[in-house]
Amino acid sequence: MPVALETLGLHKNFGGIAACTDVSLRVERGARHALIGPNGAGKTTLINLLTGVLSPSAGRILLEGEDITAAAPHRRVRRGLARTFQINQLFADFTPLESIGLAVSERLGHGGDWWRVAGSRLSLDADIVGVLERFRLAEVMHERVATLPYGKQRLLEIALAIACQPRVLLLDEPAAGVPEEERHEILSAVASLPREVTVLFIEHDMDLVFSFAERISVMVNGGLFTEGSPDEVARDPRVKAVYLGEEVVDA
Amino acid sequence: MSAGAPVLATAVADHLALRARWRALEVAFWGAALASLFLLPGKHLILAEIAVLGLFALSLDLILGHAGILSLGHAAFFGFGAYAAGLLAKHHVIDEPVLALLASGLAAAALGFATSFLVLRGSDLTRLMVTLGVAMLLREVANRFDDITGGADGLQGIATAPLLGRFSFDITGHVAYAYVLAILFVLFVVARRIVHSPFGLSLRSIKGNPLRASAIGIPVNRRLVAIYTIAACYAGIAGALLTQTTSFCSLDVFSFERSADLLLVLIIGGTGYLYGGLAGAVAFKLMQDWIASLTPQYWQFWIGLLLVMIVLVGRERVAARLRGLFGKGR
Repeated sequence: MPVALETLGLHKNFGGIAACTDVSLRVERGARHALIGPNGAGKTTLINLLTGVLSPSAGRILLEGEDITAAAPHRRVRRGLARTFQINQLFADFTPLESIGLAVSERLGHGGDWWRVAGSRLSLDADIVGVLERFRLAEVMHERVATLPYGKQRLLEIALAIACQPRVLLLDEPAAGVPEEERHEILSAVASLPREVTVLFIEHDMDLVFSFAERISVMVNGGLFTEGSPDEVARDPRVKAVYLGEEVVDA
Repeated sequence: MSAGAPVLATAVADHLALRARWRALEVAFWGAALASLFLLPGKHLILAEIAVLGLFALSLDLILGHAGILSLGHAAFFGFGAYAAGLLAKHHVIDEPVLALLASGLAAAALGFATSFLVLRGSDLTRLMVTLGVAMLLREVANRFDDITGGADGLQGIATAPLLGRFSFDITGHVAYAYVLAILFVLFVVARRIVHSPFGLSLRSIKGNPLRASAIGIPVNRRLVAIYTIAACYAGIAGALLTQTTSFCSLDVFSFERSADLLLVLIIGGTGYLYGGLAGAVAFKLMQDWIASLTPQYWQFWIGLLLVMIVLVGRERVAARLRGLFGKGR
């Protein structure tokens, strides 16, 4: 399998504290790869390094074989790497329509147009509508994002990343904070992603991890602890000891 | 995609385009401005001042209201444009006022571009200090090179050539006001176009959430440099208009008070809907004029009181209502 995303000896220090130590991770193309670990293990730091929000103290990041270690965040998006955030990062004053329209026009290279009324390029509309419908946001597309129910905001959080049409998608706890009864909407949105999109996701909900992931990496104290198929990880007594507890035995 | 998609697509396009449509109140506003040209000939001097201040405030609104860049040194660009226009006219480099105005705007834009990199990083506080510093620095430079700028005495001997070779600027201010108003209108239409474009939308997204903006592929820094440069050009043109219409230019154009007053004007009028700067300029100048005629020595007191009241009583609510009237979604 070709490798979609790879890190080589990635380090990140904040002052004297090592948030990421020697992380060498390979994510295969089309993978459904989960990243789990206790709080403070460095999972979100790793996502921030991969997307360029933070720059690594050492190591390299390869996207489809190309070195993106020094690329600016927006350039990584253009190269096909998009993400969602653990805590919603939305445009509170925008409508879902404007938010998605922004992402789509940026992806198609029209985001810098300054002498054209936004919305006047009709070729974008089909794309925008496609994303809105897929994430059940069409009925609220004219409402202010800040006033949407949390579940819808969470969907928009993912929809914004999808609107960038990534080849590699990083999901940082997509179901975080979503009530049980609304969770299936998020799950089906994630599950319906095309197979060619590579997904690396952080999740604490073990049901979600084991129902969706085909490969699991476990992070502990900033380093990769172990990696394997869901079965292997579930059976690994060391993983159980550091993180999973009794849940896995039940599963 | 479902069968309703084409309908939805049309709705999408309509909705986005709707925000850019001219509202009745906007037409009324500009109609009133045009009418003042004919109906208030005795007020043309102060109206020209208001229009210059309005343009200057519009410039600040472009970066503050639409991109979230707070500046306490916007007079740097105003002053740069003012001196550029003064020097061009004095040394007869470009005599035609409109061309000189463009050249002065471009000079200020160049300065804006060069200093934009200083405001890309950091918090509001850093930006306040950096912009303040740049303006102070320029003022001192203008003071130091007094053989060119006239130093503390100001730039003397500027004679603005007749507009279009026909209309002379005189002490009644008729030509000056018509000229300033026309330039203000053209630049306003351009600014309006910019803020309703995808570029303008992306600026507002950067203002709202720069982290997410870059995460959906928006080149945040490049966009900020672009709008800062455009705003500097606007401020430079405002400064140049002041020089051209008054045939004078002094170090005062760079002053901290000018930058601070500008922020006041914009706060009075409200940020983020373009008319805030214009409404604020009208209110600010009229109040200044009115209060000064009643109690000249207490002008600062009343403006201070007003400022405190505006902020406490909820400028946001007032501004939101105004925005609604003038047709912006937010």
